[in-house]
Amino acid sequence: MRADLEIIQQWVKPGHHVLDLGCGDGTLLDFLKRERNASGFGLEINPDHITTCMNRGVSVIEQNLDTQGLDNFEDNSFDIVLMTQALQAVRRPDKVLDEMLRLGAEGIVTFPNFAHWRLRWGLALSGRMPESESLPYKWYNTPNIRLCTFKDFEALCRQKGIRIKSRRVVDGQHQNNWLARLWPNLLGEIAIYRITRENT
Amino acid sequence: MPDSLPVDSVGVVTPQTYHFETPIELACGQALERYDLVVETYGELNTDRSNAVLICHALSGHHHAAGYHSMDDRKPGWWDTCIGPGKPVDTNRFFVVCLNNLGGCHGSTGPSSTNPATGTPYGPDFPVVTVSDWVKSQALLADRLGIECWAAVVGGSLGGMQALQWSLDYPERLRHSVAIASSPRLTAQNIAFNEVARQAITSDREFHDGRYYDFDTLPRRGLMLARMVGHITYLSDASMGEKFGRELRDQAYKFGYDAEFQVESYLRYQGERFSEIFDANTYLLMTRALDYFDPAYEFGGDLSKALAKASCEFLVLSFSTDWRFTPARSEEMVNAMIAARRKVSYAEIDAPWGHDAFLIPTPRYTDIFTAYMDRVAREVGA
Repeated sequence: MRADLEIIQQWVKPGHHVLDLGCGDGTLLDFLKRERNASGFGLEINPDHITTCMNRGVSVIEQNLDTQGLDNFEDNSFDIVLMTQALQAVRRPDKVLDEMLRLGAEGIVTFPNFAHWRLRWGLALSGRMPESESLPYKWYNTPNIRLCTFKDFEALCRQKGIRIKSRRVVDGQHQNNWLARLWPNLLGEIAIYRITRENT
Repeated sequence: MPDSLPVDSVGVVTPQTYHFETPIELACGQALERYDLVVETYGELNTDRSNAVLICHALSGHHHAAGYHSMDDRKPGWWDTCIGPGKPVDTNRFFVVCLNNLGGCHGSTGPSSTNPATGTPYGPDFPVVTVSDWVKSQALLADRLGIECWAAVVGGSLGGMQALQWSLDYPERLRHSVAIASSPRLTAQNIAFNEVARQAITSDREFHDGRYYDFDTLPRRGLMLARMVGHITYLSDASMGEKFGRELRDQAYKFGYDAEFQVESYLRYQGERFSEIFDANTYLLMTRALDYFDPAYEFGGDLSKALAKASCEFLVLSFSTDWRFTPARSEEMVNAMIAARRKVSYAEIDAPWGHDAFLIPTPRYTDIFTAYMDRVAREVGA
């Protein structure tokens, strides 16, 4: 099993109502439905992913976070709002974080670390924008327009009064890696953050 | 009709008439003592009766959704693009039922049928029926066919409204509700267009207060105008532009008021043809049923409260250039379902054809519809 699914699953309680922003082909929601009897919806814009979700019985809504926002969802209408590998692709990640914690008591966010040593090394050595397993695009066609590092993200959370309940770091294959746990901002490729509002 | 049937056609089909002798109480307070429903079915009902799909028709539709009535038919049924072997509503897996709704003019009891009380056509005495009344009569038909629970109730436009109403009136009798290019209620603009259509009909001198049958005539002019107005709302500006542009029938302007532009002659032709085959009283009735549809009304306008009793899963689809029932109307429905925590999937399909897009098999539409119905089929073991 993918390590990130395993980790996220531990934070979802049986019967939780979840919203998955950028749900892809519905793998995570399908997994949570089966393993945790979770209900909820995924939002997606990729037509093929939407079709796959519908075929596997995952409730999916075609909705673009950048242009349509999340106004159609009510405050505190979910137990958990998920966003895996999509935060770096929205125009205003800061506002999306606010929205996640408006809709849900908790948020789970995963994104690729732009300070991973291989990316640093690549940029230093070649002087070109780095590419990697988790970032397999050219600078001009990448959907990842808001890349950041773990430190950047944590600074933003502090500034916004968002409390980080847990952080788990995995490698590009979503596997646990003890080195990455030791020195995350340099050796971690993907982090899984569990966040909540400061006063909760 | 070509010399041989297409392989993905349900083939030659024969409608059946079901007689109902038990009175049906209608929303308006009146009852119909007895009535007929004309029905077509495609595919086979499986042994545990779990694979039945109900297709609900739109404003001018009827029971003939797929296949041909004879080898001489020029065109197949109105939704043949989506119903048949290997099509989204796959007749190799589903038992598909489509009927002409009560008040229709294609064989089910309606204004042009004989009123048993008078021995003459009902005409204006036929009660105004609602979407809920239709759903009730469809449930009685399901009883007759031995269908306890539909795998899915599916419809486009006014048909989608019936699919939604089913989820509220008989929540335990359907697993999936599929509403395509539909709306949870008409807007003032929608009602306004309907009113123009009705005025066109009722102001025709041949209308005779709806008793034109007694005068051996038809309000052709009025029905033609009604259809012309309706037809404009089914297309998009772009699709009309592509089809007709400013093309003239002859080379030059004639400085008169005959049909000079292709679009004019097209609309006149469509309107005239429709006025010969459709009943004007049925047109009035169907537009009124549209106007009245508003399941949120008794919940203070809150559709999510109405949906609290629904238990099926929903698929909602809209089309980008549909200005009759815009994507925003579908989203209104979807948002109410989200708020009510119902299971719902939604997509807006990019298609240039306006409201009519629900009848036209564009690739993404077909993909989504097929993927969803495939899952429904797997779920019911079909």
